[in-house]
Amino acid sequence: MASILTNLFDGVAYGMLLFVLACGLAVTLGLMNFVNLAHGAFAMAGGYICAVLVNQSGWPFFAALPLAFVGSAVIGIALERTLYRHLYSRSHLDQVLFSIGLVFMSVAAVDYIMGSSRVFIKLPAALEGQIDLFGVGIGRYRLMIVAICGLLTLALQLILAKTRFGSRLRAAVDDPRAAIGLGINVPQVFAFTFAFGCGLAGLGGALSAEILGLDPYFPLKFMIYFLIVVTVGGSSSITGPFLASLLLGIADVAGKYYVPKVGPFVIYTVMIVILLWRPNGLFGRTAAR
Amino acid sequence: MTALSDVSTHAMASARWRISEVAFWVLALACAFLFPSRYLIMTDIVRLGLFAVSLDLILGYAGIVSLGHAAFFGVGAYSAGLLALHGIINEPVIALVVAGLVAAVLGFLTSFLVIRGVDLTRLMVTLGIALLLEALAERFSDITGGTDGLQGIEMQPILGRFAFDMFGKTGLFYSLIVLFILFLLARRVVHSPFGLSLRAIRNNPLRAAAIGIPVNRRLIAVYTLAAFYAGIAGALFTQTTALASLDVFSFERSADLMLVLVIGGTGYLYGGLIGAVVFKMLQELFQSITPQYWLFWIGLVLVMIVMVGRARIHRWVLFVPNLIIRQCAGRKAAVTVPEGDAP
Repeated sequence: MASILTNLFDGVAYGMLLFVLACGLAVTLGLMNFVNLAHGAFAMAGGYICAVLVNQSGWPFFAALPLAFVGSAVIGIALERTLYRHLYSRSHLDQVLFSIGLVFMSVAAVDYIMGSSRVFIKLPAALEGQIDLFGVGIGRYRLMIVAICGLLTLALQLILAKTRFGSRLRAAVDDPRAAIGLGINVPQVFAFTFAFGCGLAGLGGALSAEILGLDPYFPLKFMIYFLIVVTVGGSSSITGPFLASLLLGIADVAGKYYVPKVGPFVIYTVMIVILLWRPNGLFGRTAAR
Repeated sequence: MTALSDVSTHAMASARWRISEVAFWVLALACAFLFPSRYLIMTDIVRLGLFAVSLDLILGYAGIVSLGHAAFFGVGAYSAGLLALHGIINEPVIALVVAGLVAAVLGFLTSFLVIRGVDLTRLMVTLGIALLLEALAERFSDITGGTDGLQGIEMQPILGRFAFDMFGKTGLFYSLIVLFILFLLARRVVHSPFGLSLRAIRNNPLRAAAIGIPVNRRLIAVYTLAAFYAGIAGALFTQTTALASLDVFSFERSADLMLVLVIGGTGYLYGGLIGAVVFKMLQELFQSITPQYWLFWIGLVLVMIVMVGRARIHRWVLFVPNLIIRQCAGRKAAVTVPEGDAP
C-alpha cells in the first residue's frame, strides 16, 4: 500500500515536471499553431545553465533556478525575434524542418561544449533523502518539485484568467486580426509568451536533471513526451495539458515499476489511440486553422 | 472534349523521357564503374535515394508530412534480416520483395490512422508508430537481438549466381538495379491518372473530393506503396550490410530523410536521388571536418534551407544550368523549379 502511494507521488511529481517543461509548448504548438520540435532544447539550456552555476561557480541551487529560467527565456526571445517569427506563417513542413535543425544544432553544440556524458547537479543536503509521511516514503526532492510546480501552475492559471496580459493573450490567440484591430500588439504578446514558455522549460530542465537525466540528447529523448502532453491535453486551457501531464507521469512511473517488461510502448499506444479517438486532444478544441 | 484532350496531351508530354533523365542514369551507371574504391558509400547513396523516393511519394505527391517513415525502413530491414538469418527465404531478390510486402502490409494498416486528422495529428501518429516499433523491437530482443541487433546474417548469392563480395561491388549494382526498376515504377505511377489525382489532393483535398476523387482511398493506396518502397530500401540496407540494429527505426533516420528530400526538392522523383547524393557528400565533408559534431552542421543546413526558402534555393541552383541550356537549346528547354516547391 505504502509503495503504491510512493509510486503515485513519484508519478505526480514526474507529471508536474512534465507540465512545467511542456506548458510553453502548449502555447506555441497549441495556441500559435507552430510545430516547435525544439522545445526540449530550451529545457536543456536551462538545465545546463543551472548545472554550470551550481557545480562550477558554486552557486546555491535555489539561486541558480531563477537564472535557469531567465537564461532560457533570453535565449528564447533572441531566437524568436531573429528566426522563429519569420516562420509563423510558413507550412508545417518548414516549421518541422527548421525546429529539427535547431535540435540537431543544440545537441551537437552542447556535446561540444559540455561533453556527452550525463550531468548531475549538486543538490543541497536538505533536498536529499526521504521523509516519512504517515508511513509513506516521500522523496524530499520530489516534494519540492510538487510544491514549486504546483505554485507555478496556480500562478499561470491566475495570470491567464485574471490579468490584463492573460486576456490579451487569449484574444490574440482566438482571433489575431481582431486583436490587432483592438490595438493589441499581437507579435509582442506572442514573443513575450514564447520567451516565458522557454523560461519555464529552462526551469523544468534544471529541476529535471535529477529525475530525467541531463545529457546532450535530452531534446530528442523527451520531444515525444512534450508533444504528447500538448496534443493529448489540447490547448484551450492550462488544465488540459496539466491533466495530461499528470496522467502521463503517473502512467509512465507506474508502467516502469509494475510492468517493466511492457516498456514505453504502452504510452505510445495510448497516445495514438487518444489521437484517433479525439484528434483535438482529450480536453481541448482544435488548434488547426 | 478539347479540355480533356488538353489535359491528357499535357500529361503525356510531361511523362515523356527527356534527354536529361537519360543522362542522369547514364551518369549514375558511369559513377558505378568509375569509382571502384567508393562502392560502399555509393551503395549508401542509392539506398538513401530509394528511401527518399518513397517519402517523396507521400510528402511531395500526396502532401502527407511524416516524421516516422523510418518505421517502414526498419520493418523492411528486420524482415530481410530475419528471413536470411533463419534461412526462410535464402534468395535475396525474393526476400527483398517479401520484406517490401511486409512493410506494405504495415503501411496499409497504419494508413487508416494517418489519413485521419490534420497535419499535426499525422506528425504525432507517424512519429508514435516509429517509436512504438522501436520499443517493440527492443522489447522482443529474443527475436530482434535487442540493442545488439541481428547478428550473423549471411547473404546467399543473388539469383544463385552473384555472390556479395566484401568490396560491395555486387551490392552496389544490385542496389542500383533495384533502384532503377522501382524508379521506373514510381515514374509510371506519378505520371498516371492516379498520380495526377494525388497532386490534386495535395493541392486541395476538398476540391479533389468535389471533382470525384476518392481522397481517402487514394491516400491509403499511395501510403501503402510508399511503405513498400521504404521496406525495400530497408531490406537493401540489411542485405548489403548484413546487419540490422535498432537504429533503423530511429527518429534521426526519419529526420535525415526529410533533409535529403528537402535538399533535392519535393514533388519530383529526381529530388530524392539528387538530395541523397548531396546529403551524403555533405555528411562526408562534415564528418571529415568535425568527426563528432557533424550533426551541428547538418542542423545548420536545415535551418538555412528553411530560412532562405526552399523554392529560392532551387532557383539559385538552377540559375547557371538554365542559362547554359537556354543558350544551347532555346528557351523552352529550361529546367524549372519542381512543382512541389512552387509557392
